[in-house]
Amino acid sequence: MQRLRGIWKTLRRKPMSLLGFALIGFFFVVAVAAPVLAPPPVGSRDPYIIPQSGYSPDPVRPSKEHWFGTTEQQYDLYYGMVWGTRTAFRVAVKVVATSVLIGVLLGGAAGFYGGWVDEVIMRFTDVVLAFPDLVLAVVIVAILGPSLDHVMYSVMAVSWPSYARLMRGDVLSVKERDFVAAARSLGASDSRILFRHIIPNSIYPVLVVASLSTGSVVITAAALSFLGLGAPVGYADWGQLISLSRNWIMGASGSPFAYWHTIFIPGIAIFLFVLGWNLLGDAVRDILDPRQK
Amino acid sequence: MVKYVLKRLAFLPLVMFGVTFLLFFLLQFLSPEMRASLYVKDPRQLSQLDAVIEKYGLRKPMPVQYGIWLKQVAHGDLGYSETAKMPVADAIRAFFPATFELTLVTFFPILIVGVFFGVLSAVYRDRLLDHVTRFVAITGYSLPSFVLGLLLLMVFYGHLHWFPPGRYTLDTDMLVHGSAFHHYTGLLSLDCALNGDWAACGDVLKHLVLPAATLLYISVALLLRITRSSMLEELTKDYVRTARAKGLPERTIIRKHALANALIPVVTLSSLLFIGLLGGVVITETVFDFPGIGRWGVQAAQQLDIPGVLGSTLLAATLFVLANLISDILYAVVDPRIRVGN
Repeated sequence: MQRLRGIWKTLRRKPMSLLGFALIGFFFVVAVAAPVLAPPPVGSRDPYIIPQSGYSPDPVRPSKEHWFGTTEQQYDLYYGMVWGTRTAFRVAVKVVATSVLIGVLLGGAAGFYGGWVDEVIMRFTDVVLAFPDLVLAVVIVAILGPSLDHVMYSVMAVSWPSYARLMRGDVLSVKERDFVAAARSLGASDSRILFRHIIPNSIYPVLVVASLSTGSVVITAAALSFLGLGAPVGYADWGQLISLSRNWIMGASGSPFAYWHTIFIPGIAIFLFVLGWNLLGDAVRDILDPRQK
Repeated sequence: MVKYVLKRLAFLPLVMFGVTFLLFFLLQFLSPEMRASLYVKDPRQLSQLDAVIEKYGLRKPMPVQYGIWLKQVAHGDLGYSETAKMPVADAIRAFFPATFELTLVTFFPILIVGVFFGVLSAVYRDRLLDHVTRFVAITGYSLPSFVLGLLLLMVFYGHLHWFPPGRYTLDTDMLVHGSAFHHYTGLLSLDCALNGDWAACGDVLKHLVLPAATLLYISVALLLRITRSSMLEELTKDYVRTARAKGLPERTIIRKHALANALIPVVTLSSLLFIGLLGGVVITETVFDFPGIGRWGVQAAQQLDIPGVLGSTLLAATLFVLANLISDILYAVVDPRIRVGN
C-alpha cells in the first residue's frame, strides 16, 4: 500500500506519464470490448477478418453506416480499427515478453557460467546486433513467407540481443555479491542460485529497457505489415490497413483529401498506441529506477 | 591509440564472417532451386537451374556451400539481382549514392536541431520551452515513418503539388543519363550544380525535401534526449559552480564550459546516428519511391530476390559495423580514460 502510494505520488507529478496510462488504458478497454463495440457479422468464422460491403475499389468516406468509412475493396475501417487493437496488443505483448525471456535466459547463462558459454552466446549476440533491426527482420520474414506470426518471430529475433547483453552485464556484477556466496555455502544448486537469487536481483534494468522499447517493437511490426510482409489483406491489423491507403493519398480530382480517412484514422491509432507505450516506458523507468530522474 | 584502432579493425573481418554466415544459415530455409538464383547472372540461364544446383553444390552441407559462396565474393561476384535487373555489384553502385545523398542532407539538420533544442531544453529545464520540446520529440519518436511520409505526401504532393516522390523528374532523368553529363561525385544535386544545370539541381533537391523532413522528425528525438541529459549532468558539476562563483555570465558558462563537455556523448553517437539513418531509410525510401539501397532491399525481400537481399543486407551490416568502430574510436579520441583502460 505504501509502495502503491509512492508510485501514485511519482505519477501525479508527471502528467505525461498519466497520459500514457490513459492512452494504453483506453486501447485496452477497446481491445477487451471489441466483440461489443464491433460485433462480428453472423456466421463469421474468424472475427479478425474485416467484413466487406461490396467490392468497389474506391474507398468510401465516413458515413452513418460506416463510422470511419471504408478502405479500398470496402473493408469497414471502424471494424478494422477495433479488432486491430487486439492485434496490436497481441503483437506488442508477445514479442516483448518472448524476447525478454530469451534475452534474460541467454544473457543470464552467459554471465553466470562465463568461459566458453559466455563466448559463444555473446559472439552470436554481436553478430545479430551488427544488422540494422529492420533489415534483418525484413530478410527473416521474406524467407519464412508473409504472415503475422512470422512478423512476430522476426521482430523477436532482432530484439532479444540487446536484452541479453544488458542482462549479462548485470549478472556479472550481481554474482559477486555476498548473498550469492551465502546461498552457495548453504549448498544451493546452480539453477537455484541463478533463478532464485541472481535473476530476480538483476532483471530490473532489462524490464526498464523492455518497457521503453515496446513502442518501437509496435512500429517495426507495423512497418513489416505496411511492406506487405505481415497479415493478409482484410485482416484486422493497423499496419496492413495503412498499406491499403497507399494508393489513395492523391485524393480524387478536384478534391485532394477525398480519402483522408484511409491514412489518417489508422495512422492516428498507431501513433497514439506507440505514444502511450513510450510515455508508459518513461513512467516505468522513473518508478523502477529512481536514480535516472 | 594506433594499437587500439588496429585491435578493433582486426575484429571487423570476424564480425563480417559472422554476419554472412548467419545470412547464409537463414537462406538454408529456402529450397535449392530458389537459392540457385544467386548464381544465375542472366535471366536467360534460368532454364539451367539444375545444372547450377549441381555446379555450386546447393544440396551439399551448408558449410561447403558457404565456402563456395565466399570464393565467389572474393572474386567480386555477388550474383545477379532480379529486382534491380542488374548484377548486385552494379546495383550497389547505382543505389548507394542516392541513399548516401539523402542521408547526408538529413544528417546535418538533425545534428543542428537536436543539439540546439537539447541544450535549450536543459538550460530551461522544467519550463514551458523544455516541456514543449520534449513533447514534440516524443511525438516524433512515436510516429511511424510510413504514416508521417504518407501524410506529408497527401498534403505537399496530392494537394499542393510542391514536392513529388521519386528522385527526379523526367527532364532531369534525360539530362543525367545523357552523354554530356559528367558524374563527379554520385551525389546528384552536387553533380547537377557542377555541370552548371541549376534547374536540375533544384529539381533533385526538391525531391529530397519530404524524405529528409520525415527522417529529421523521426530521428531527432534520440539526439535531443542525449544532448539534454548530458547537458543537465554537466550543469550540476563543480567546474560550472566555480565558473558561476567567478561571476562569469551564464551565457559564457553554457557555451564555453558546459557545452564542450556535454557534446562528448553527442560526438560519439553521431556516427551511429548517421548509420542508423542509412539503415533506417528502408521505410522512408519505400514510401517516397526513392531509388536507394533501402527500397531495393525491400523489393528484393518482397520478391525473394536472394542475391539482392544478400547484397543489400551485407552492405547495411558492413556499414553498421564500420559505424560502431568509428564510434568507438571517436569515443577513445574524446575520452582519454578509454585509452588508458586498454
